[in-house]
Amino acid sequence: MKTAPLETILAVVTLHRETVGGGAPIFYAKDEEEREKIALYLSRILDAMAHDLENGTYIIVKH
Amino acid sequence: MAGVGVGALTRAYLLRNDYRFYPTYPHGWVTHLSLGLVAAFLGAVAVPALAAREFTAVTFLALAAQQFREVRSAERESLAALEANERVPRGADYVEGIARVFEARNYLAMLTALVTSAVTHWVGLAPGLLAGGAALLLTGGLRRGRQVGDIAVVRPAGLRFERTLLHVGDVMIMAVGLREARDYLLQHGRGVVLEPRDPSARATLATLGQRQAIAHDAAAAVGLRKDFGTPEYTPLVRVDLDTGKAGLVIVPINPDPEAVVEAVRQVPLLESARRRLLGGGR
Repeated sequence: MKTAPLETILAVVTLHRETVGGGAPIFYAKDEEEREKIALYLSRILDAMAHDLENGTYIIVKH
Repeated sequence: MAGVGVGALTRAYLLRNDYRFYPTYPHGWVTHLSLGLVAAFLGAVAVPALAAREFTAVTFLALAAQQFREVRSAERESLAALEANERVPRGADYVEGIARVFEARNYLAMLTALVTSAVTHWVGLAPGLLAGGAALLLTGGLRRGRQVGDIAVVRPAGLRFERTLLHVGDVMIMAVGLREARDYLLQHGRGVVLEPRDPSARATLATLGQRQAIAHDAAAAVGLRKDFGTPEYTPLVRVDLDTGKAGLVIVPINPDPEAVVEAVRQVPLLESARRRLLGGGR
């Protein structure tokens, strides 16, 4: 069930457009509720961990 | 021949604790019992053959050694093949350890058979059986290796979050971003803290192989609430760099914290993970 290389950021979920950029897919959420939901879905779909960077951004990481 | 009997008995006796390592027992048992019988037979015929100046018997022993090395690699391969489908893999160290034990136990069966048949040959049947019994008890001492409970104090510990960082006792484990996962962990998760008894134990606990073995055995013993898509509930063992304490977090099916503690205490210490620091580690 190897789906992706390990320790990579598969996706970024954020409230603040201006703080993120770069290679991984970025999902913009309009509020914390939506951010939580998107992160949960992505985590379940990708079998990856959601981590809170505590600046309004979650990253989805495959461990 | 008395030697064969005692040797095979040895293997059967040693097999008793194997089911936990490798739970395919009806067929696994048959395989290892028959190999043990072969080993015992080889050990048993060696002495009378040598006494009759048939030195080719030694070749057979060498052949047997070769054969048992095969056992080891077969065991390793079959366990390694299963690893891909384990939710909590055993880890390479553990697989190697189990394979080594299987190989060694055949030698032990062969040795007890050898001792028994040697004594029977030169002294008599009754002393032979007695010597066989003694050898069997000696190997019994080898059967139960050292366990994690011998090198570390294992006790249950509470889970708590510092912001998103999960802690077991005061050992930091991981960052959990999802609120749902945090709530679930607080409700169903169980924590265990392992406090090493000395610095060598601390070094042993810090090895990845030993930690993986602890996670695997704990999961096997108390069950696991985890499926695909929930990496948060993977049992993890993390070490506190300053104190050397190790923390385990697991989401078990059996919610009794004592069951988790007991499972961790009984995890075998892996030969390949054992460390001994210089100067007795003081």
